[in-house]
Amino acid sequence: MELFQWGTNPWGQEILIRVSWDLLYLSFWAGIVFIAFHLLYAAVWLPKLARAANDGDSGGVSTGVPETIERHTLAARLFHWIMAASMLVLLVTGFFPIIGVQFAWLTIHWIAGVVLTISIIYHIVHASFYLDFWSIWILPEDMAEAVKRMKRQLGQDVGEVQKHAKYPLDHKLYHTAVMLAGLAVIGTGLVMMFNIENPLVSQNAYLLADETWGLMYALHGLGAVLFVLLTLTHIYFAVRPDKIWLTKSMIFGSVDREQYLAHHDPNRWNVSESSSDASDLSNPPAKN
Amino acid sequence: MAVIRDKMPAFQLFQPASTGEALGVLDQYGADAWVLAGGLDSWDWFKDRVKKPAAVVDLGAIDSLREIRSFGGTVEIGAMATLRDVIRNEDVMSQFSILVEAAELAASPQIRNQGTIGGNIGQDTRCWYYRDGWSCYRAGGNICYADTPTAMNREHAILGASRCVAVNPSDTAPALVALDAEMVIESAGGRRVVPAQDFFIGPAIDITRMTVLEPGDILTSIRIPSTWASQRFYFEKSRDRAVWDFPLANIASAAKINGGVIEDIRIVANGVAPYPVRFVAAENAIRGQELNEQTAELAGDVAIRGVNPLAHNGYKVTLLRNLVKRSVRGAEA
Repeated sequence: MELFQWGTNPWGQEILIRVSWDLLYLSFWAGIVFIAFHLLYAAVWLPKLARAANDGDSGGVSTGVPETIERHTLAARLFHWIMAASMLVLLVTGFFPIIGVQFAWLTIHWIAGVVLTISIIYHIVHASFYLDFWSIWILPEDMAEAVKRMKRQLGQDVGEVQKHAKYPLDHKLYHTAVMLAGLAVIGTGLVMMFNIENPLVSQNAYLLADETWGLMYALHGLGAVLFVLLTLTHIYFAVRPDKIWLTKSMIFGSVDREQYLAHHDPNRWNVSESSSDASDLSNPPAKN
Repeated sequence: MAVIRDKMPAFQLFQPASTGEALGVLDQYGADAWVLAGGLDSWDWFKDRVKKPAAVVDLGAIDSLREIRSFGGTVEIGAMATLRDVIRNEDVMSQFSILVEAAELAASPQIRNQGTIGGNIGQDTRCWYYRDGWSCYRAGGNICYADTPTAMNREHAILGASRCVAVNPSDTAPALVALDAEMVIESAGGRRVVPAQDFFIGPAIDITRMTVLEPGDILTSIRIPSTWASQRFYFEKSRDRAVWDFPLANIASAAKINGGVIEDIRIVANGVAPYPVRFVAAENAIRGQELNEQTAELAGDVAIRGVNPLAHNGYKVTLLRNLVKRSVRGAEA
């Protein structure tokens, strides 16, 4: 298996061209193996864990919790689905021709890329100024909690483990991976627009040297193949019966009180009858 | 241009006596096999050491691929028939003279004696950046060296480019598209028949190929239906050297004229795009119109809509408009 493809420039020098498409298949099968492993883990290990679990209770904080709690605003949901649609279009147009399904993919691909870019810019502004910015980032307390949960999974007595804030660590890890892969494909994709004919920028292959173009294509490819793994696992979790309440909340926007109290610590994700958006900056989550 | 060396890289040479035998070898070697017809394009690639196949399958010993036969008004030309065979065939001459004209204008007499019709339509582009072995888009890289601010792109595309701006150089291809011919392709998986118009693909679909032929495929024959037999044809080739050269642009048209009115017409050009371009909009614009100078002008003007010339090939826009105009006007003659 090769990691990169190499070519020859007009001066006879060996230059990087792109990632090897072996990585596409590696990413796909890594996703499948992860899903298979998780299915096994969920069938064998999770029931035992559930019996042993001693997550912190709500501490009687259920009073004042509304019947339904808004988890994702309409704006956040629209962003998510526009991003998801553009990402799927990008994956199909980017990779189907490589696996042998030939069609005129380039125009659709860059238009979907522009849509993704705009949606991401909107998301950055929206999340920075209108949502609780830090709720999705991995913080030191997340790491401490992760260590505690890991020890409990290994059978150690770690006492009470707190329920999650708005986003558990796995969501935060996923968001970080998507952010890094997303910035890689968007940043390089925007530069690559100068190497194709389009109405937004003037084509100029001399913008970069051959080897720098190769680096752009390689980074673009690395981010893209990583998205194959990320998309597969995301869809898997989205359709899992025990996670379907989260998927529904991304469609309808809210979770009910029971789901909220079962999965979240009201002290860490504070909601109240008066709150219209639990993650709004006007109602920041309480820190323990 | 690439430096042609004296020695080619070593390969296994197969000279099968039947199509089935050839398909077996191709199936065995897959993408590492090379189908050899007349050899006029292949030997350059090998000597340049740009293409290095593990196996070369020479179809020269398969007699059935050389046959030209007629049945029910259809003429079927074996892909290994030489251009000279096509030019001298009476059925082709009497019914599809446009193909004879196109074949006669291809290359030189010596090359027409050796070059095959299958090789002529399946030949690779002449873009020197690509043929020099650099990692351009068409060669699997990510730059089109012919589409840079300082590129030499006088012979390149004004239509249909997508990242790669190389053109299809075949003279017989536009004639076959104008005649609505069909390509018979065989592989280990069976036989398929592809309309000539769909046989050629542009870089938007697959940047590394010029036709739908894939590893393991053999173009066995070309069928020309009677649909356009003995209609009014026009073929013209514009080139730098009249004695022997690839086209800067060529034009082929087949028209059904009744009482001075264009009942139906097909207009196809090559050398202006990565594939033979059929000007459907121009055909639609003049179908049912009287055949006169205004109609010819209209076709020419419609044909060049959407062209996108490069730094040094703007002349092809005027050339194309005039060739289309002449092909419509000439259909009356």
